[in-house]
Amino acid sequence: MKRYSVFAVAREALRYHQGWGRAWKSPEPKKKYDAIIIGAGGHGLATAYYLGKNHGLKNVAILEKGWLGGGNTGRNTTIIRSNYLQDASAAIYEKARSLYETMSQDLNYNVMFSPRGVMMLAQTQHEIRGYKRTAQANALQGVSTEFISPEKVKSLVPIINIDGPRYPVLGALWQSRGGTARHDAVAWGYARACSDMGMDIIQQCEVTGIRHKNGQVQGVETSKGPIDCQKLGIVVAGHTGVLADMAGFRMPVEAVALQALVSEPIKPCMDVVVMANTVHGYMSQSDKGEMVIGGGADGFNNYTQRGSFHHVEETVRALIETFPIISRLKMLRWWGGIVDMTGDRSPILSKTPVGNIFINCGWGTGGFKAIPGSGWAMAELMAKGHSSLTEEFSLNRFKEGKFIDESVAAGVAH
Amino acid sequence: MLVFKCPYCGIEADETELSPGGEAHLKRFGPGSSDEELEGYLFNRENPKGVHFERWRHVYGCGKWFHAARCTATLEVFGTYSAQTFGPPKEIIDIIKSKRPGWKWRNLG
Ligand SMILES: Cc1cc2nc3c(=O)[nH]c(=O)nc-3n(C[C@H](O)[C@H](O)[C@H](O)COP(=O)(O)OP(=O)(O)OC[C@H]3O[C@@H](n4cnc5c(N)ncnc54)[C@H](O)[C@@H]3O)c2cc1C
Ligand SMILES: [Zn+2]
Repeated sequence: MKRYSVFAVAREALRYHQGWGRAWKSPEPKKKYDAIIIGAGGHGLATAYYLGKNHGLKNVAILEKGWLGGGNTGRNTTIIRSNYLQDASAAIYEKARSLYETMSQDLNYNVMFSPRGVMMLAQTQHEIRGYKRTAQANALQGVSTEFISPEKVKSLVPIINIDGPRYPVLGALWQSRGGTARHDAVAWGYARACSDMGMDIIQQCEVTGIRHKNGQVQGVETSKGPIDCQKLGIVVAGHTGVLADMAGFRMPVEAVALQALVSEPIKPCMDVVVMANTVHGYMSQSDKGEMVIGGGADGFNNYTQRGSFHHVEETVRALIETFPIISRLKMLRWWGGIVDMTGDRSPILSKTPVGNIFINCGWGTGGFKAIPGSGWAMAELMAKGHSSLTEEFSLNRFKEGKFIDESVAAGVAH
Repeated sequence: MLVFKCPYCGIEADETELSPGGEAHLKRFGPGSSDEELEGYLFNRENPKGVHFERWRHVYGCGKWFHAARCTATLEVFGTYSAQTFGPPKEIIDIIKSKRPGWKWRNLG
């Protein structure tokens, strides 16, 4: 792999940029791999990356039915934070956030991680209490957050209206080291690094069946023919139910649509991420100047990657009260992604009823921020059979009633 | 946007007039059932990419619960039917079969 650097840019500038190679190879699948990962979203690619980097397992294929990063990874609003309530969540999300800090250097790929700070507005008395509690929990977990006053909110976000008639801003939970990153770059950076380790990323290769014998995985059927493997990782977000069905077990996961939209680009006016969970809306400004806006998820099962007008209306209506400045902005693009929701709104990183099939799913509306931590933990689970980071996220927790109940803590959980 | 015909008041109702209630025809497990049955009942919802049976409530209309058969991959609605039943009626199954030849799900089809 040619390293990217300022010298490479200078060199290529001198030869009319003719020398940039492809960032990753596109090979045909081999007959057999040590491990196959289904799904080349951020979580699948990160899993493969850390299998190679941390555990020396490099005879790995990543199978993707569409194009890599074309699922939720390329459709999300890129909020990165780790201010969760429960210890198990704080551990894996904080691991992820800290890995984001060094990701560009580690991958030699600019993922544009921007630790601009994430603010979760408290707009009801209930939220004040909830966020103060989260700040205390975070202090114990070693996650740096604080509860800030409305005046501090206003000084960090001058365009905000803190005394709206219906939902005044009463304070906020502030994580100054949270932020955003370039979503595509995260997928591309991992893909390039995986390919460089000799792994095969096979796009346009849909898994259509999973073969197992005597309770052990043997391989997969794909649109490019059968491929054998010793270990299989299913990392397909919204399609978890479909893949679990192929393998013959059920998952406590439902697929629903979540949507987002961006406005026309405007001059820089807000340099932090603001989330307003009570009114179900959140917003940040991209480097291009677009206001990136997201809202709530649908309440019914859905595999179509589209949005619906009334959701946009709801979200924008709510945000306009808090950000009157956006009321005349034109909306530019609008899309949906299929997210995988679990009963307790926490992810599942687990062994499955079939030997050597592992599953990583349930990140729902908020898994972009978790990509490096999830990949790190999932790789350890697949390589060693256990990982301290995944223990509490196992599939058994539903049978045992040991939920990691973040839904109450997080409201809108991006 | 989804549009369902409420089987009670006969109105074509928009999604915004309705409230989704999740998987239809759940068999409830309580005391005396196995751990697996209780877990399945509580958490393992059907999640097909295709034909799905659901409960909906005409919340801003007559307020009643009803059932709907719908495709989760296209949002096509096959029909709605009364809440007072343990499974989809034959005419709904026939509509689904005519539109999705070869369709099968669990013990249906
Ligand atoms: C609108 C929206 C906004 C969001 N905002 C945020 C946010 O601000 N912050 C945050 O942290 N998270 C956010 N999320 C959630 C985040 O996007 C996801 O949790 C995360 O991207 C999931 O990554 P993944 O790798 O698990 O899934 P994906 O990126 O969806 O990757 C799964 C891949 O599996 C592939 N696949 C499926 N079936 C098969 C098959 N049979 N064979 C082969 N391949 C298959 C798919 O094509 C897909 O590429 C948002 C999501 C959406 C939709
Ligand atoms: Zn009605």
